[in-house]
Amino acid sequence: MSAIGTPMKRREDPRLLTGEAKYVDDIQVPGQLWMGMVRATVAHATIAAIDTSAAEAMDGVFAVYTGADLQEMGLWGAPLPCAWVVTPDMANPAHYPTAVDEVHHLGEIVAVVLADSRYRAADAAEAVVVDYAELAAVPNLDAAMAGAAVAHSSLSTNHAYHWPLVPDPDALEAAFANAAHTVTAEFVQQRLIPAAMEPRGVLAVPSPYGGDITLYSSTQVPHILKVMVAATTGISEAKIRVVAPSVGGGFGAKLNINPDEMLAVALAHRLGRPVRWTESRTEAAGSTHQGRGQHQRIELAADAGGKLLGCRVHIDADMGAYMMLITPGVPLLGSFLYTGVYDVPAFGFTCDGWFTNLTPTDAYRGAGRPEASYAIERAMDLLAAEVGVGPDEIRRRNFLGGGDRFENLTVASTLVFDSGHYGPNLDRALELADYDGLRAEQQRRRAAGEPVQLGIGLCTYVEICGLAPSRALGGLNYGAGGWEHAVVRMLPTGKVEVVSGSTPHGQGHETTWSQIVADKLGIDPADVTVLHSDTAISPLGLDTYGSRSLAVGGVAISMACDKVVDKAKVIAAHLMEANVDDLVFENGAFSVAGTPAASTPIQAVAFAAFTAHNLPDGVEPNLQEQVTFDPPNFAFPFGTHVAVVEVDTETGGVRLVGYTAVDDCGTQINPLIVEGQVHGGIVQGVAQALWEGVHYDEDGIIKNPSLMDYLVPSAAEVPSIRTDSTVTPSTSNPLGVKGVGEAGTIGSAAAVMNAICDALSPFGIADLPMPASPQTVWRAVESARATTGGAS
Amino acid sequence: MTVNGQPRAAEVEPRTLLVHYLRDSLGLTGTNIGCDTSSCGACTVHVDGEAVKSCTVLAAQVAGAEVTTIEGLATADGLHPMQQAFMDCHGLQCGFCTPGMVMAATSLLREHPNPTEDEVRLGLEGNLCRCTGYHNIVKAVLACAGGGA
Ligand code: FES
Ligand code: FES
Repeated sequence: MSAIGTPMKRREDPRLLTGEAKYVDDIQVPGQLWMGMVRATVAHATIAAIDTSAAEAMDGVFAVYTGADLQEMGLWGAPLPCAWVVTPDMANPAHYPTAVDEVHHLGEIVAVVLADSRYRAADAAEAVVVDYAELAAVPNLDAAMAGAAVAHSSLSTNHAYHWPLVPDPDALEAAFANAAHTVTAEFVQQRLIPAAMEPRGVLAVPSPYGGDITLYSSTQVPHILKVMVAATTGISEAKIRVVAPSVGGGFGAKLNINPDEMLAVALAHRLGRPVRWTESRTEAAGSTHQGRGQHQRIELAADAGGKLLGCRVHIDADMGAYMMLITPGVPLLGSFLYTGVYDVPAFGFTCDGWFTNLTPTDAYRGAGRPEASYAIERAMDLLAAEVGVGPDEIRRRNFLGGGDRFENLTVASTLVFDSGHYGPNLDRALELADYDGLRAEQQRRRAAGEPVQLGIGLCTYVEICGLAPSRALGGLNYGAGGWEHAVVRMLPTGKVEVVSGSTPHGQGHETTWSQIVADKLGIDPADVTVLHSDTAISPLGLDTYGSRSLAVGGVAISMACDKVVDKAKVIAAHLMEANVDDLVFENGAFSVAGTPAASTPIQAVAFAAFTAHNLPDGVEPNLQEQVTFDPPNFAFPFGTHVAVVEVDTETGGVRLVGYTAVDDCGTQINPLIVEGQVHGGIVQGVAQALWEGVHYDEDGIIKNPSLMDYLVPSAAEVPSIRTDSTVTPSTSNPLGVKGVGEAGTIGSAAAVMNAICDALSPFGIADLPMPASPQTVWRAVESARATTGGAS
Repeated sequence: MTVNGQPRAAEVEPRTLLVHYLRDSLGLTGTNIGCDTSSCGACTVHVDGEAVKSCTVLAAQVAGAEVTTIEGLATADGLHPMQQAFMDCHGLQCGFCTPGMVMAATSLLREHPNPTEDEVRLGLEGNLCRCTGYHNIVKAVLACAGGGA
């Protein structure tokens, strides 16, 4: 039986379900010191004075260091890294783990306390008194662009960079000149707190005499972190080991190189004592990067029949106070997707990045792509209304390849889409959602003038994942490659160890990888052990983000299995005294074609390779192969989401009552895991549409930092989700896989907002800002009633 | 107090929260901490049979009580039916919310042995999960109820 394609239960689960799994905060080390962070309570100020005396006098306090102290101690070899300098002239003010003279956002670290317990570190941090001389803050994007205040005293402007992607400006111009219909829309992508349920945490354990240091971190990127620890602290890379133990979700928020990590390593290394820190949830609002933070303007040009001629996009992107690891690149990740699943002859995209005095932005589930999908999918609904056709029809008229299956198609943004088959995917979603029935019910409610109206929203998204071909990343000036590494080794007893360079934090890599290996080697998945997330065990890797694990890392594993079989075949031929070319490998055993009875199982070959008593000349002992896979192209999953909302026109309340998702992520290895990824992604996107958003006041202070006011949805707010899939294999890799980690989020915010606007279209309401809170909806309905006398 | 059936006693600072006592003093790190405002439920344990957010009570307050943590659920015979249902239905991903979710769900079923989907959703309102979108968690709890756990 094939393991690939089977909804296998996850092998990760028992240890997670019983409390056996260890997250960073669960690991205790004798002699450890707790860091307490003294964080800026203002968004922009010079530090006039810091009084540490009270804290230093407290019981159990080992030391207190200000930013200036740490600079003097010479702890930093370089500022924290930005790996994506998007233009040669991009502004990039130095970002050290602690502020020295000037703070630039709420939550920036100004001093660190080391104490012998969690509680004492927190108490001592509170006892440090910082005297700030406040400077005018830049509390939002509008203020950044207006430029009355500048976020960094060292800079003359808030403008960070300008990045254009306009392949053919004349064609774009002509498209708009010749259009029968144009649509212009502006959207705000509010800032979001990623809110992985496990807060970030670090533990740095030095070996003072050996000279090496181990960093346990709640990170998605142990390999990248290792390189960056070396760059920032000056400790030799070869002396650093990074371990990501169980990690409680990431969603992009744990792919950064954070001040706290560097402080823990540098102080542990200097003091010869283990140093640790665990973020509190409220602290995280300021100390962990946020997502989104963009103003978008999208213009569509179409002919009389609604066929798209051109698409022009401008983004103003809120960088926050500093460029973190990929802060400036996030909008670029979306740039290529503003034409969605549509055949758009002319395209242009420009982006300006701006500094504010807010927590830096960076990757958050989808990173640039949910924003792109939101803009084009909202705009398509506006175009449908302008042309006078339904949202399904406007999409059909514009699908790439006419909705038929295509492979390796170059689109206007210059990318080559690996494969797509959009028409049947839309059909299936409409059928599963009972689209016609929903429209009938909507008509009934409209005709009856019922207060609770029904809205149906579509989103036909495409996303770009499988990051990434290293050359493509080089072309975008990204500071690293996009390959992934894998080792497959057969042990003497016939069991298999797989070493994966990609690092899970809830995705179930161990289960999925074992399924791939089981099929490739013809063995029981239970005989496969997957090792990962520790740079001492898995020295090469580029980690987990951008829905890349399967499409790059999983493929590397599959290719390494192929190499294992190739080598085993040579040994088997020797043992069987047969010709290599006559051997076939089936169900885990080698046999001469046509005589399956006399077969040699791969486990026997592994043992022979281990003893090495009788190997062919020139064949090395052991059965272990490695592959570094650099994908030739990205992968482009797609899908159709249908959201159904009830909007109470009297209270403004919106209730999501139905959600259907038909996703196409190419070949599926484990459909159970695919579905789970889709569910979770959808709810995160729904949450952006309906509830979440960071509220900053005019001084750059977060008004809703805790989970009491930042509305992460519970089970009570969301419905069950209907899912199905179509399968259009990718041409970018031999497994035909694409990726599914971000798909849900990329489809759902637009689907929900399209549904709300659909419900309110009789009121003449074409657009609403996210999140569509009851107040926002109620106000829009009231003002529509006031100006038009009101519909229904 | 009794924790997972074993008598436990310790001198702790009066302000020590139950969750820190369990984690730091007893090494029972299955109970997680996901927030500082009693909002997330990751720390849910049973005190005298009732689901309690262990970050909202002091260790001293439950002196003498019977506390069950996630570590006390599975038996020599294997996973508790609720744990098994979570596994069967893929009701967990990163697993961080899971111990709290499982503890809340078992207590929910004790009070409502045959809940509707809405009752499950409302009953788990105090437990946040960022990974699963709740779909499979709800499915697991309903499956466990159906299985007569
Ligand atoms: S840690 Fe107790 S409710 Fe969040
Ligand atoms: S499984 Fe990750 S938070 Fe619930």
